[in-house]
Amino acid sequence: MRYAMAVDTKKCVGCSDCVVACQAENKVPIGFCRDWVVEIVTGKFPEVKVELRSERCNHCKNSPCVRCCPTGASHYSDGGIVMVNGDDCIGCGACIQSCPYDARYSHPEGFVDKCTFCQHRVTRGYKPACVSVCPTNCLYFGDLDNPKSDVSVALQKRKYKVLAPEAGTKPQVYFLI
Amino acid sequence: MKEEFFVSGRNIPNIDPSLHIWHWQIPAYLFLGGLAAGILFFAGLYTVLGKEKEMPTAVKWSTFIVPFALAIGLFFLFLDLKHKMYFWKLYTVIRLESPMGWGAWTLMIITPLSLIWSASYLKELIPGWNWKFEILNKFEVFVIKNRKYIAWLLIVYSAILGIYTGILLSAFNARPLWNTSILGPLFLTSGLSTGAVTIMWMSKNHLERKMMSKIDLILIGIELFLITHLFMGFLASTEVQIESAQLFLGGAYTYLFWGGVVGFGLIVPFLLEVLELRGVKIPAAIPAIMIIIGGLLFRFVMVDAGQLTRYLY
Repeated sequence: MRYAMAVDTKKCVGCSDCVVACQAENKVPIGFCRDWVVEIVTGKFPEVKVELRSERCNHCKNSPCVRCCPTGASHYSDGGIVMVNGDDCIGCGACIQSCPYDARYSHPEGFVDKCTFCQHRVTRGYKPACVSVCPTNCLYFGDLDNPKSDVSVALQKRKYKVLAPEAGTKPQVYFLI
Repeated sequence: MKEEFFVSGRNIPNIDPSLHIWHWQIPAYLFLGGLAAGILFFAGLYTVLGKEKEMPTAVKWSTFIVPFALAIGLFFLFLDLKHKMYFWKLYTVIRLESPMGWGAWTLMIITPLSLIWSASYLKELIPGWNWKFEILNKFEVFVIKNRKYIAWLLIVYSAILGIYTGILLSAFNARPLWNTSILGPLFLTSGLSTGAVTIMWMSKNHLERKMMSKIDLILIGIELFLITHLFMGFLASTEVQIESAQLFLGGAYTYLFWGGVVGFGLIVPFLLEVLELRGVKIPAAIPAIMIIIGGLLFRFVMVDAGQLTRYLY
């Protein structure tokens, strides 16, 4: 099993529902977030292009954060989900420094926190909170080993990219372009 | 033209400052670790070479600084942790992939080793010192008998400690300025240099001072060579590393790095030491203090600037 997500940059309207849903579902402390929306505008008016991306932890196959963690608090869980065990985390910041996507933050209680692909939901057959609320259905989630899963179908049909592939992290959040 | 802004999340003040997560504690510790590594390396080296009599400051007196430097450094590391009461979790696992794990275990070994080493010379520093407990006296006899073996351990572990202060940073490929394998040898050389000048500064023996000064000149030469290679490597590398080098080649850190670290901390003390060796009267404290300040500044600049550099996508 290999969990992954695809984000349709053509369908995303940047409403930030995914951000709010995540904050509510995961009780993210006020002022922080585990996912966010990036809007990139290229060109000069009136010839401008826009790309909207709902970003989060990429749950990389070759995660620098897991490699750098001195206590093993950051680890690979079932389906390749990168998880942090708060009770093993000493808050040294090595994983925050090692992430090319700046996907981690220091929780006010001291440990490091990040997106979990809503592990507590997906292991029970639900979709992650962000995916389930997206009003334009631009987020696809599922098991890459299953060719019929939402994410596999999306990736079969469309061209896609990943963020900073040159970092060698083998990210598992794909952006449909 | 490329404009980028975040619809949500990243414009929240609590997020972005928290990504600049390492402040003064880390560079201050890296400096103290490098200094300790430098002093212990020369203590071990001259013991193995059998030069305890010729180099008393290197082998004996300077090592009294080390347990204090390491203890303060460890305290700084502790201050840096955000989940402080869980620090002991570091010592529940051995993670060979994690440089910070390596560092934690190296410190666990080298700190008591440095304490034992300097304590075994305490009777020479304070005549009439009494350990009070018989077991400590017996242990002292054991340490003194096995000094040569402990000296080998000091050489190995001080080299690991010195290199590790650089590898700690170079292992993070997300920060392109740090992500170069030259950083390990560069931090080791810089640590050895600060150690050598501390010994030179403390020494009252003219020949020992001259020897440490000569060694330091070689170390400064190596450092300048490694810094040149650092920037040659950056400029011949990928876009993110070219951009991170620009921070030092016209960017925000240009004057601080080339004026403070390279000029004030390496080239000027190099010239002063050359003049001193040629017979001009210059107090050893002046080049020593300049190199120590330069070493400290180098680590502050690298840690601070590194956190500004990132992948672009």
